[in-house]
Amino acid sequence: MGIIVEAIITGLLTGGVYALMASGLTLVFGVMDIINVGQGALVILGAYLSYVLEQNLHIDLFVGLLITMPVMFVLGLLIELLFIRPIKRDRTMLSILVTFGVALIIEGVLNLIFSTDYIQLRAWYITASFQLGGFYLSYVYVFDFLLAVVLLGGLYLLLYRTKFGHSLRATMQNRTAAELVGIDVERVSAITFGIGIALAAAGGMAFGATTAFNANSAYDLISRLLAIIIFGGMGSLRGALIASLGMLVIEDVTSVVWSPVWASTVFFILLVIILLIRPQGLLGQVEGRKQ
Amino acid sequence: MRIFKTVGLLVLLAFAIGFPLLFSNPAVTTIAVFTLLFAAAATGWNIFSGYTGYIALGHAAYFGVGAYALAIMCQDWHIPGGYIPFLLVPIAGLVAAGFAVPLGGIALRVRRHTFVVITIAMFFILQLLAYNLKSLTNGSTGLGLPIPTDWSGDFFNIPFYYVTLAVLLVAIAISWWVRHSKYGLGLLAIRDDEDRALGLGVKTGPSKLAAFVISALIVGMVGAIWAYFIESIYPPFAFDATFDVAIALMAFLGGLGTIVGPILGALLLEPTQQYFTLQFGQSGYYLVIYGALFLVVILLLPQGVVPTLRARWARFQVTRSQQEVAVAATTIPEQGESTGIERKEGINL
Repeated sequence: MGIIVEAIITGLLTGGVYALMASGLTLVFGVMDIINVGQGALVILGAYLSYVLEQNLHIDLFVGLLITMPVMFVLGLLIELLFIRPIKRDRTMLSILVTFGVALIIEGVLNLIFSTDYIQLRAWYITASFQLGGFYLSYVYVFDFLLAVVLLGGLYLLLYRTKFGHSLRATMQNRTAAELVGIDVERVSAITFGIGIALAAAGGMAFGATTAFNANSAYDLISRLLAIIIFGGMGSLRGALIASLGMLVIEDVTSVVWSPVWASTVFFILLVIILLIRPQGLLGQVEGRKQ
Repeated sequence: MRIFKTVGLLVLLAFAIGFPLLFSNPAVTTIAVFTLLFAAAATGWNIFSGYTGYIALGHAAYFGVGAYALAIMCQDWHIPGGYIPFLLVPIAGLVAAGFAVPLGGIALRVRRHTFVVITIAMFFILQLLAYNLKSLTNGSTGLGLPIPTDWSGDFFNIPFYYVTLAVLLVAIAISWWVRHSKYGLGLLAIRDDEDRALGLGVKTGPSKLAAFVISALIVGMVGAIWAYFIESIYPPFAFDATFDVAIALMAFLGGLGTIVGPILGALLLEPTQQYFTLQFGQSGYYLVIYGALFLVVILLLPQGVVPTLRARWARFQVTRSQQEVAVAATTIPEQGESTGIERKEGINL
């Protein structure tokens, strides 16, 4: 029983990190109607940036986010301006291919600079742990979770308490109508994409602090993130949050009661079952008729 | 015009058949076999995604199922290397098609993005199964296929070349038939407006599923030949995420939903990719170049080579006839000049 409780707790804590990465993905989808399949590669890029800052300048991982997140925000703006905005027709499909191309380039560059050896981020809170009930838990899980709470809370305030947030949600609801009432939809799109990538950077640091990674980890990550946002319902932030926590708890519990190799398979199978019952995911909206 | 077309096609076919005789260098024929494999896979993919507009990014799943099906059959039935495994290729394709029936059925309950993402998720499920079902797939150790020992170095590629060419021709024939049949018109109607197509009496559900299964059948056969060609398979290579996107990119480059497009895309991209792999290995440079190529193709030629050229040709012909009109018009002194200009502007719009 104890190990199941432990698995649920670690599942919830790491689920917060996935919520961070998935929220960027689902936000971009909601506003721009595109799937950024490069999100996995961008998460890994964020983790490498934190690694470089820590190794070369000895900047603490969490403090380093103050540098990496703005840098990645600008990178996101550039990707949107250079590669996504020029797509005029068949945006949905072509943007998937374009972001995949971006992911390939990032993966290639990371392989060139860092080789394919697995690395892990280093800090005192990654190795130190404290006792909770009957088991030991590394501090980093708690710090990661707190980071996720802070950033997602900030995202919530941005979306619901600021003028920009109103424009963003209006664009999400109806792009054309938002344009008609005078919202600069292109600007909102670019900034949203930037925010999505900045969240990926934070998620990458949190991910790299608990897991060893190399550039190829992007494939594993993006498959999980895509599964999470379908499970939660595409474009729904709350859905992504529930799905992230749910997925990681299911995985961790499966790996202790059954076997670690089946952990993610169980989640994917559950995903297929959910889709049989609710094709739009937990909190997704039924797709309207294409005009 | 029709005669030219037929003669041209026959010349191309003769060239394809004679190719290994002209270039007997094994390095060249190896690239040729890979190119034909990808051409067949892209053609198969296009039958579903190109005609219905549903972009499937998980066809590597059926490629992998075909590869594993052949490997497992050869292993369990103790089949020696030689020509017999080729006879099992259609069976491997049928196994892949069998997988595609339930998976396609589930995926096709949703549309657009969600469909794309679900096909990707299904691909990852099958890849995980290949890792985890150790009794069947031998896990990450992989499976070996029988090696045709009596085929010497120079001859080795030849049987693969012709078998793949045959599969490609079958795929083209199916693609051609679908494009010119009432069934294919139904698929195109689904691409343009699915609800209206349904309203007009197209059985959209079964039509989409049938196209999905046909494309999985072809991709599965390609996977089986590929496995036999490279002699051993491992989960990350049989279920390869870049394969998903490679065949999509080929179809996009050549022209989505055309018959020639995917083949042209494969002919352009696969030798390039093989060249880069030879030059740089599977390293970072290769990924960067491939990714950049990807962006260039999609941003500059979003419609693909074939439709772009076709549009150019049509515009060229119109301008030429326009110029004739303009030349004729200038002989009439008063209004000629102005009508010529007006018409030209009309064309530019």
